[in-house]
Amino acid sequence: MTRTTAILALEDGSVYPGTAFGATATACGEVCFNTSMTGYQEVLTDPSYKGQIVTMTYPHIGNYGVNAVDVESYQPHVAGFVVREVSPVVSNWRADYPLDDYLRQHGIPGIQGVDTRALTKKLRVRGAMKGLISTEGLSAEDAVAQARAWPGLVGVDYVKEVSHRTAFAWDDRDEPSGAFRLTCGPATEPQPRSLRDPLPAADVPIVAYDFGIKYNICRRLRQHGFRVQVVPASTSAEEALAHRPAGIFLSNGPGDPSALGYAVRAVADLVRHGIPIFGICLGHQILGQAFGGKTFKLKFGHRGANQPVKDLDSGRVEITSQNHGFAVDASSLPAEVTVNRVNLNDQTVEGLRHKSKPIFCVQYHPEASPGPHDSTPLFAEFRDLILRRG
Amino acid sequence: MPKRTDIHSVLIIGAGPIIIGQACEFDYSGTQACKALKEEGYRVILVNSNPATIMTDPEFADRTYIEPITPDCVEKIIVRELEEMKRLGVPLGQPRTSNLESQIPHKLVLLPTLGGQTALNTAMALHRSGVLAKHGVEMIGANAAAIERGEDRQVFKDLMLSIGLDVPISGTAHTLEECRAIAERIGQFPLIIRPAFTLGGTGGGIAYNREEFEELAKRGLDLSPVNEILIEESLLGWKEYEMEVMRDRADNCVIICSIENFDPMGVHTGDSITVAPIQTLTDKEYQIMRDQSFAVIRAVGVETGGSNIQFGVNPDNGRMVIIEMNPRVSRSSALASKATGFPIAKIAAKLAVGYLLDEIRNDITRETPASFEPTIDYVVTKIPRFAFEKFPQADSTLTTQMKSVGEAMAIGRTFKESFQKCLRSLEIGRSGLGGDGRPWRVGTDVFGDRDLLPRDVISRKLTVPNAERVFFIRHALRAGFTVEDIFQLTKIDRWFLTQIREIVEFEEELAATKN
Repeated sequence: MTRTTAILALEDGSVYPGTAFGATATACGEVCFNTSMTGYQEVLTDPSYKGQIVTMTYPHIGNYGVNAVDVESYQPHVAGFVVREVSPVVSNWRADYPLDDYLRQHGIPGIQGVDTRALTKKLRVRGAMKGLISTEGLSAEDAVAQARAWPGLVGVDYVKEVSHRTAFAWDDRDEPSGAFRLTCGPATEPQPRSLRDPLPAADVPIVAYDFGIKYNICRRLRQHGFRVQVVPASTSAEEALAHRPAGIFLSNGPGDPSALGYAVRAVADLVRHGIPIFGICLGHQILGQAFGGKTFKLKFGHRGANQPVKDLDSGRVEITSQNHGFAVDASSLPAEVTVNRVNLNDQTVEGLRHKSKPIFCVQYHPEASPGPHDSTPLFAEFRDLILRRG
Repeated sequence: MPKRTDIHSVLIIGAGPIIIGQACEFDYSGTQACKALKEEGYRVILVNSNPATIMTDPEFADRTYIEPITPDCVEKIIVRELEEMKRLGVPLGQPRTSNLESQIPHKLVLLPTLGGQTALNTAMALHRSGVLAKHGVEMIGANAAAIERGEDRQVFKDLMLSIGLDVPISGTAHTLEECRAIAERIGQFPLIIRPAFTLGGTGGGIAYNREEFEELAKRGLDLSPVNEILIEESLLGWKEYEMEVMRDRADNCVIICSIENFDPMGVHTGDSITVAPIQTLTDKEYQIMRDQSFAVIRAVGVETGGSNIQFGVNPDNGRMVIIEMNPRVSRSSALASKATGFPIAKIAAKLAVGYLLDEIRNDITRETPASFEPTIDYVVTKIPRFAFEKFPQADSTLTTQMKSVGEAMAIGRTFKESFQKCLRSLEIGRSGLGGDGRPWRVGTDVFGDRDLLPRDVISRKLTVPNAERVFFIRHALRAGFTVEDIFQLTKIDRWFLTQIREIVEFEEELAATKN
């Protein structure tokens, strides 16, 4: 690894010098932190991070390299990557290449040697900030000035940048949708890396709105017997219904939900239609708005794999994977919508259910990847919701 | 769900005298439990024969028995305490409703999961002999059936297979044909051979090829008085991991801490250098391990409290096998508590009397509930402390039998920092991996701190696990061994070896500056 210097600058004027890795480049973004101890590859490739410079709070990153299958979309999306220490060695049987090479290949600058704890503490007090990361020898003054000049995330539509341009049928192209599993028992599998659980028949057709959909959502839907037609974010309700789906799925995605008037209108039409709907993360926020509610920006967002969510109906607690900077305001919701899940850390809304229509959504990521599998049953719940209607 | 109101008094069994494998960690867990239960208003009765424990200080229990921890003694204590409860006006054995939350306190219960193996074994003996049933004493935390499932190796193994989890393959044979069939089923060498009922396991061994196998199998069958041998697949060199799990009576499960062992399989966890959190698993593998941990605690049936589950992972293909589980608070729980700030023993005591994880406040944040998974931004290292110099006749090779007499833990923002701090904490006169100017003693030879040691000595010290092996990684790197060379000799993960290489490189940098 070459020892070139790098710089991270924040809009408040603070500057963090470090060592460069990844691409030789300069990029602006909203600086946020993620507390997951594993799963940096999934974080990098999650389209919801479009426009963000992500800091990992766990200090050793890159230990197990990057592999070709644990990707959450067609490319990494973070604007820049900030870590305490990139591993100089890759140690895992599944690894294909080092993290450094992967980021370089995709033109993403990284900085290491940063006191990520100090940075995280600042972000916790000040909230997410505009920032700049450069591995091209930019001066501190220029870096701060450019970070300040960056327009920021609020009110900007990042969805249109990450959403697939055209509709496509998931798994039509033989993407491996079966859940990853390990070799088991005495007979050694010749190809342990490509082991997958078998898939059921895909007998329930749905349309999945791609606001920046993570592949593991598609994989999970497919694993639960859905035939998934992925459509661009700009698809109208009419166009979606023309696929004759039995249900509608609304995906996660980046940025500010209030910049997505077109999506809110389409979803409001679908709500009026009465078709079963399941939303995740940004999809949940769009549903909240389609119901007539409001969303607001959280001070420093929930990004990590250990957020406790209580299901108010069952009393059970799920440890969830989360990645969102905005949330639905519970007090703004109409009477026909119930808040049925809350975050036990800060009591914010984590789930909504419509009282008379087959519609529910969650703010967190039941598809995990990275993160715990506690909420996988929500996909089965969606299937049951559709099948009950016959 | 609020706490149980039917319980009046809780009997806690301590761990007794300190021995290798069972040290002060059980005073730590027992003391926490006493405090937690008193805080909830229960009458706490304690038995422990070890005077050098915090828990036996008068303020920690309502009544403390310094008595032998034997089933007979504990039965006498039960009888005496039931009388005492009667004297206090407790309506023993009153007709009860099924609602545990609105009753007059009337029960004496036994909490066996916080005093190590001694407490667990004593409680199980009382259960088997019918003493607990006779006196109407309920076990809380884990019931007898769960403890049995967790502790009996064969029962546990069969249970794991029945829920689709993987375990080391093994089989028993009475003839050479049966031996060959089992070897065939396991499919690869080395194989471990253990004759049944031979004194001290004589006749056992490891077979690295077909000829050795035939020879060892034949000899084992001859030596065993019942002509029976156990053949097991060898996990030598596999990576070893641990998970600390908690469960409440609404079946909420959380992982408190994940641990990766620096030393591969073959060295007892108590003798291994261990590191939290896990360093070299992808999220996909880690989540499978997490799911399996919950599957294990549910299948074994530990209703509330903590368990420790050990895994072996084949570094070449990721195959993950369950090694064992402790259905109780363990040595690793103390480490996990201090590593993450989550007081496992205290929470386990509260869960045992009926609380749910989300009803208990997190002591560190004070605002969030205990139903979360600690996530840390630092690395924790534990290094065992040996005392072979005091026992010159003892074999200092590290095996599956624990030999360390203590341990030190250190926290650092990187592995390197925590590792160096931990070595410094061992009180063995070193300030880290080396470079501190102090000499090295190898047998009767003495070398200077920065001397290059003979390659054959280094190779020998790396090949067989021993108390000083970690220092020989430094000697090896300085003598020109590559990370790959050392990996081949030790099977210590290349990630750890590379971290150590960075420490050594920095030592060289410092030495060069000084000169």
